[in-house]
Amino acid sequence: MAKTGTTGDKIFRTVLLIAVSIIPLIVAAIIYMMVQNSLPTLQRFGVGFLTGREWIPAQETFGALPFIYGTIVSSVIALIISVPLSLGIAIFLVEQAPKNLAKPISFMVELLAAIPSVVYGLWGIFVLAPFVRDYLGAFLQKYLGFLPLFQGRLTGIGMLTGGIILALMIIPILTAVVRDVLEVVPVTQREAALALGATKWETTKVVLGNAASGIAGAVVLGLGRAIGETMAVTMVIGNSPQISASVFEPAYTIASVLAANFADATEKIYLSALIEMGLVLFFVTFAVNALAKLLIIGVSRRNGVAKA
Amino acid sequence: MTYRISELRQTMRSKISVSNLNFYYGKTQALQDISMEIPEREVVAFIGPSGCGKSTFLRTLNRMNDTIAGTRVEGKVTIDEQNIYASGTDVVSLRRKIGMVFQKSNPFPKSIFENVAYGIRINGIHKNKADLHERVEKALRDAALWDEVKDRLNASAFGLSGGQQQRLCIARALAVQPQVILMDEPASALDPIATQKIEELVVDLKKDYTIVIVTHNMQQASRVSDKTAFFMLGKLVEFNPTQKVFQNPDERLTEDYITGRFG
Ligand SMILES: Nc1ncnc2c1ncn2[C@@H]1O[C@H](COP(=O)(O)OP(=O)(O)OP(=O)(O)O)[C@@H](O)[C@H]1O
Ligand SMILES: [Mg+2]
Repeated sequence: MAKTGTTGDKIFRTVLLIAVSIIPLIVAAIIYMMVQNSLPTLQRFGVGFLTGREWIPAQETFGALPFIYGTIVSSVIALIISVPLSLGIAIFLVEQAPKNLAKPISFMVELLAAIPSVVYGLWGIFVLAPFVRDYLGAFLQKYLGFLPLFQGRLTGIGMLTGGIILALMIIPILTAVVRDVLEVVPVTQREAALALGATKWETTKVVLGNAASGIAGAVVLGLGRAIGETMAVTMVIGNSPQISASVFEPAYTIASVLAANFADATEKIYLSALIEMGLVLFFVTFAVNALAKLLIIGVSRRNGVAKA
Repeated sequence: MTYRISELRQTMRSKISVSNLNFYYGKTQALQDISMEIPEREVVAFIGPSGCGKSTFLRTLNRMNDTIAGTRVEGKVTIDEQNIYASGTDVVSLRRKIGMVFQKSNPFPKSIFENVAYGIRINGIHKNKADLHERVEKALRDAALWDEVKDRLNASAFGLSGGQQQRLCIARALAVQPQVILMDEPASALDPIATQKIEELVVDLKKDYTIVIVTHNMQQASRVSDKTAFFMLGKLVEFNPTQKVFQNPDERLTEDYITGRFG
């Protein structure tokens, strides 16, 4: 009997080991595939691929910088909008709202997360873009138009609209994760603050301090989504590979250019350029995550929390 | 003219006065018709079987139960003759006046110094940085923790032992200069030595504070308190000088509980 027991353990362990080793295998396989297929452009352009500002497939000129720029800027816009909003909603749900209000709102937030990307895109084209053109953009131009950020032609299609769409798409996940993080902060932390004469807002700050690393984690998750999001952004960002100081100008993201051009890319070098772009996306995501991890470690250190 | 201690006590005024207090969690009544006078600068112990309402009662004294949805209070609790449940009561400043120490130590995820400084900061008690440091030091000294932490004030509070963390929480409560300190089984998670330290501290703090302490430990109640209240099933069964409660209680129920015949 004891023998079957150990055999069972061995089998169990082997199965787990296989399951675990699948992860590095997949990572290795993806990197290998992408490097292998992007060898033509890797060899031909080297680092120039990353710094090049021109993208003219017909002339076999491939510079990825506008796409990297578009991806980063649209994601940052998305975070600037979504992080405060999500924090506010989550704080309201956990710290303020009575249960019979928190429940339906929570449900709606989760419902928003389930809407397909393409639907957001359609809504972006027909509602958001005109709104940005006629109201938001016009407003920004009128009062902040002296900034290069808000100059140029207002079409409603461009970086700002892309960023806003991204923000709307990551708000549900951000809100849901932050809400969960706030909910697990022990009641005793709130009571400790209250017992010292803390106001509601001061107590909330204590709760946020407790949840700091979790919130940072949520932001990373949102950023990861924003960077990788494809469909809706493709529909509203204008898909023009340029680097412009104005958020009203059209732009292009890495994920969008991949999705929009893969079918047309028949020449080997074009295909290679697109796959290298995928490789860049992979590493940008990787770098963002690493940066965020460092941030989280920093925050927890400062708070004296031992866990990383 | 000289007074005997007991005579002096007679003249002491009530710090907290509770009359006909009922408390409800939703539809279930957790406290029934409780009346009690808690004298200034004394230690009052609450004892009674689990679930009898000791914590609930303690938390009605600083309105901490307000944070639980669906709770309801009837009756009157006055502190310094002010009804704390009167409409218009400033709960924030009330709570600053009534410190609280919890069963499980609950330091903030901050440094030792910042834990103690927190209440001083949010209430804007300090005049300047030096004053802040002085107040933190004094609170830590009063909580008998200063010598153990003076060299690591900027280290995380979580690095302290359980007993030290609990004394840190006491220091944090003392730092805002409360008048009353409510303690809910403050030593129940601690070893005998750490428990003894907390007990000595309680006796020591009596000079300046009115203290209410919930405990399951009969010896602890008899060691630290001047008066003892025995609760059962949400009712106050007996409230008398501690010596009397433990040697010659008025109520049969009290005697049964103290001698371990039930609960
Ligand atoms: N948040 C709550 N919601 C509903 N009922 C509660 C709540 N907290 C306590 N009760 C109930 O109120 C009664 C008194 O509980 P309380 O915690 O005051 O007892 P206690 O004397 O402190 O017990 P213990 O010695 O175990 O800490 C119990 O029946 C308990 O189940
Ligand atoms: Mg209790």
